[in-house]
Amino acid sequence: MNDSSGSNRGEIRSDGGTVTEGGGNDGYGQELFDDIDLGREHLKNRLFLAVIFSASMFGVFVLALLLLDVATDFYVGVTEFNIGLVDFLTSDGSRRPERAGFRGAIVASAMLMALTAVLAFFVGVGSAIYLEEYAPDNRITRLIEANLSNLAGVPSIVYGLLALAAVVNGIGIGPILIAGAVALGLLVMPIIIVSTQEALRAVPDGVRNGSYATGATKWQTIREVVLPAAIPGIMTGTILALARAVGETAPLLMVGALFVNRMPLGPFDRFSGMPTQIYGWAAEPSQHFIHLAAVGIVVLLVVLLSMNAAAIYVRNKYETEV
Amino acid sequence: MSTETDTGPDITGGGTASADNAANARARRVLFGCAALTVATTLAIFFVLVDNTASYFFGARFTDMLTGAATERTVTFTEFFTGTRWAPDHATPAHGVLPIVFGTLAVTIGAAFVSIPIGTATAIYLSEYASPGVRSKLKPTLEVLAGIPTIVYGYFAIAFINPVVIGPIAETLFGINVGRYSLLSGMLIVGFMTIPMVSSISEDAMQAVPDELRNGAYALGATKFNVSVNVVTPAALSGILASYILAVSRAIGETMAVSLAAGFNANITANPFDEIMTMTAYMVSMARGTSAVGTVEYNSLFAVGFLLFAMTLAMNLLNDWFKRRFQEEYR
Repeated sequence: MNDSSGSNRGEIRSDGGTVTEGGGNDGYGQELFDDIDLGREHLKNRLFLAVIFSASMFGVFVLALLLLDVATDFYVGVTEFNIGLVDFLTSDGSRRPERAGFRGAIVASAMLMALTAVLAFFVGVGSAIYLEEYAPDNRITRLIEANLSNLAGVPSIVYGLLALAAVVNGIGIGPILIAGAVALGLLVMPIIIVSTQEALRAVPDGVRNGSYATGATKWQTIREVVLPAAIPGIMTGTILALARAVGETAPLLMVGALFVNRMPLGPFDRFSGMPTQIYGWAAEPSQHFIHLAAVGIVVLLVVLLSMNAAAIYVRNKYETEV
Repeated sequence: MSTETDTGPDITGGGTASADNAANARARRVLFGCAALTVATTLAIFFVLVDNTASYFFGARFTDMLTGAATERTVTFTEFFTGTRWAPDHATPAHGVLPIVFGTLAVTIGAAFVSIPIGTATAIYLSEYASPGVRSKLKPTLEVLAGIPTIVYGYFAIAFINPVVIGPIAETLFGINVGRYSLLSGMLIVGFMTIPMVSSISEDAMQAVPDELRNGAYALGATKFNVSVNVVTPAALSGILASYILAVSRAIGETMAVSLAAGFNANITANPFDEIMTMTAYMVSMARGTSAVGTVEYNSLFAVGFLLFAMTLAMNLLNDWFKRRFQEEYR
C-alpha cells in the first residue's frame, strides 16, 4: 500500500490509510473522507519523491561532471600539450606555457599553511578555551560570540583588503608571503574557534569535576585534563580549517600574489600560492595555459584530499570516548 | 606509598596554592586577550574600510581628517549611488556603483533560484525519505561539493559550463554568440556552490523537528508528502530561512568563481548571455592591475569593499534576527 522502505513512519501512514478506507462504512467517515482520491494522493506522493530524489542527485551529478571535466583536461594537458608531471612539479611559473611549472606555487602554499597555522592556532584555541571554560555569561561574552558569527560571514576578499591596507601598505612590507598568511590566519580563526569549542564541549563535566575534587585550579584542570581529552577534536578542526585556507584565492589576490613566478625563499619574499597560480593560468586565453590550470587543480585537489584524509585519520585514531 | 607522599606536597602543600591561583588568573587574562583579538579583527576591518573609503569620497583618509587635513570632494555620494557607469580606472573616470551592484545582485538572485529549490528538496529527501544507507553516502558527497575551492568552480565555469553548455545552447536556440564570460554562467556556478549550504543547514533544522509532530500527522491520515511539506517544513522554517540567508550572503561575497564565470564588463543588462561585472570581480580586476596606493582606483577598492561588507553584515544580522524571531523550541 505504500512505496516507502517500510520504516516506522510508513507503517503508521498505512494504518491511517486503512482508517480512511474503512471510514467509508459509516456516515461520519463518508462525509470526512469521500472527497479524498487515494489514487491521486499516491500519485502526488510518488511524483514528489521523484522530484526531490532527482534534486538530491543533481548535486552528485554536478560533482561528477566537475571532476570529470578536470580529469579530462588533465589528461588532454598531459597527452596533447605534453605537460610532463615531473617537469610540472619541479619548475617554477613562466610566461611561456611550455616551460611553466608549479613548484614555486606549491612551496608558497606550504609556507603559507605553516605560517597560517602558527598565527591562527594558538589565538584560536585560546579564544575557544576562554569562551568555553572561563567566560561569564555577561554582555562582553555575548558580544564576542555574536562578533564571531559575524566574522565567519565576512567575505574572504574583505580579509584580503584588511591585509592589503594594514600589512602590505600600512606597515609597508609589500606584497610578501607573511601578509598573505595574516589574511588567511584571520580568515580561518573563527573556524578554528568554533571547532575547538565543540571539542571542548564534548569533554564531559564529570572529568572536570573529578579534577577540581583533587584541588586543582581551573587552569590546571584545563591544561592537564580537558585539553588532552579535546586535542584530537581540536587537531581535526584545525586541519580542516587549514585545508580551507590552502584553497582560498581571493585574499591572496588582494595582497598582490599574482604574476609572481619565482619560488619564495622565505616568509618575506614575494609569492604566488597554488590557487592564485591556477587563477593566473585559467584567466589566460591560451588553451595551453587552461590545461596547465587543470593539472594544477589536480595537484591542489590531491593536497586537499590528503588533508581531509589526515583529519579523518586523526579523529578515528586518537578520539577516545570519555 | 612513597610516591603518594612525594606528589602530595606538589599539589596542595608548601604554599603553592597562591602561586597556582596566580597562574590561573594569568591564564585567564591571556585567554581573554585571545578572545578580544577576534573583536579587534572586526574593528580593524571596519577601521580600514572607513579610513580608505574616506579618501575615496573626501580626498583625505579618515585618520588625517581627524587631525585636520584638507578635504576635497573627489566623488560625490550622488554620483556613487545613482551613477550608471562604473569606470574609476578609465581615462574619463565614472564612479556610479550601480552596474557592479547590479552584477552582484543578478548573480545572487540567479544563484538563489538554483540553490534554494534544489537545496531544500535535497534536505527534505535526506531528512524524511532517504534510507540510512543512501544518507550515509549522499551526505559526504555533498560535503565534498562544499569543500571544493571556489577557484575550481571558476575553472569549471570558464572551461566547461560557459563554452560547452551555455555557448552551444545560446547559439542554436537564440543565435547569440556567447563570449568567454556570461552572467548565466555566474548564476549557475554560484548556485551549484551554495546547494550544499542550503541542504545541510536545512536538513539539520528538519532533523531537529521531533517525531511526535510527524506521528501526530500520520495518525490523522496524512501522507508522507503532507507530513514533509505541511508539518516538517513549517516546523523547521527558521532553520530553513537561515540557510537561505547564509547562501545569499555567501553568493554576495563570492569572488573567484564569479570573476572567472561572469567576467569584467560593468553594465546593466537583461541579457543573461552578456558579460557583466560583480563588485568582487571589480576588486579582482584591480588586483590584477597595478594601482598605486592613494590613487582613486586604489581607494575605490575600499569603497566597494565597504559596500560589500555592509551588504553581508546586513544579511548576517537578518539571519540572527530570523533565528530569534522564528525559532521554535521543541523539548
